Formats: sequence, structure tokens, C-alpha cells
Amino acid sequence: MIIVKYFASLKNIAGKEEEHLDLANGSTVLDLSQAISKTNPQLGKMMHDKKVMISVNMDVVTLDHTLNDGDEVALLPPFSGGIK
Amino acid sequence: MTQALESNIRIQSEDFVVTEEIEAIKKASPNIGGIVTFLGTGRELSKGETISELNFEHYPQMAEKKLEEIRQKAIEEYKIIEMSIIHRIGKIDIGENIVLIVAAGEHRKEAFLACEWAIAELKRITPIWKRETTTKGEVWVQDTP
Repeated sequence: MIIVKYFASLKNIAGKEEEHLDLANGSTVLDLSQAISKTNPQLGKMMHDKKVMISVNMDVVTLDHTLNDGDEVALLPPFSGGIK
Repeated sequence: MTQALESNIRIQSEDFVVTEEIEAIKKASPNIGGIVTFLGTGRELSKGETISELNFEHYPQMAEKKLEEIRQKAIEEYKIIEMSIIHRIGKIDIGENIVLIVAAGEHRKEAFLACEWAIAELKRITPIWKRETTTKGEVWVQDTP
């Protein structure tokens, strides 16, 4: 099972803060984006088009990163902490 | 009660006291001779819109981890003695404190450089997001660093 977390504007797009998805062993972040696309094409496309950063267990990764059972994946929209 | 001595890296909803943070960092070493602070505060105007309220959200643990990375890199690469980074989350009113960076070095030059680098790096790599409330509604800000 993969834990997927959504932050900031992506929470509105996902309609939730978190979801749990079951993927086959050896699945990658790209596979995860395709799984997410089935219920939310907009989110899947944002992942695929690199409009959001993706972290796995709090490290930023690319789409070819292989996932392991229990991984925490987060979809991170562009940051805006601090001040300009 | 002061939190200034608890940790050099903090993400918190409560306000902080700048002078307490400065006094706390001085205790890191008697060789500190130059301290530079950057204080970010809630601004009323953004892109021509009047803001009534700001809200900051973070990714717990990852945001703290990134701030600690920034602190360590600032110390190693800019040869400063110590750095504190404090960022508030939750609702922030106009004029309130948002973020504080304190860079303490032997001399002023490295402290200035480290402080300027740290705020830019914070914006670039730290998972913190700002939502502005204006007369037109709420919007998540998506700055480019």
C-alpha cells in the first residue's frame, strides 16, 4: 500500500488530504501517476508533466523512482514560504 | 515563555521575539562578532490586491528537515558559527512576523551572505505554502523563487 499526501492547492484538486493506493510490486512513481489519473486525470497529468514536485519518504524523486510497500508519497505544488 | 533556546530550527504557529532569538544565538560561541537577521512580515498589498489575511501550511517533518539542511549548509559553506531559522504557520495577520533567519559569524560579511542565501534557499526547497485572502477570495500563492 502506498500513502499519497496532497498539500495546499492540490488538496482542493484532489478533494482530499490523503489516500491509500495498492500498486503492483516494482511500480514506479510514473505508474502511480497513471493510477491517480484513473480517478483524477488533472492530478495525474500534473504529475506526468512535472507541474508538481513529488517526494517519497520526504526526498524529492523523479517519475522513474521505484516505490516500496508503505512508502509515503507527497505531491508538492510550487513552494511559497518566506516572503518575496 | 521563551522558546528561543529550544532549537535553532522551528516551525510554529506562535509568534517569536526577535531579540530573544538574537540573545539565544549569541550563546553559541564567544567568537560571534556579527549577527545579521532577516525578518519577513505580512504585507497588505500583493500584486495590486489588498490582503486581509495570510495562511501558511507546511509538510510536517519534511519542512523541518529542509530547514536543518539549510542551516547546516550555511554553517559549512559560508563559515558562519550558527544559524537559526523560524517560520510561522497558520493564520498570520498583516504586519505580523512570518519568518526569521539569524546568521551569526565572526565577522559581518559571511553573516550577510549566509542570511541572504538562506532566505532564497528556504523559498526554493522548503515545503511551505502561503494562502492569501483578498476581497476576491482565497488563493494559494505559487511564487517562482
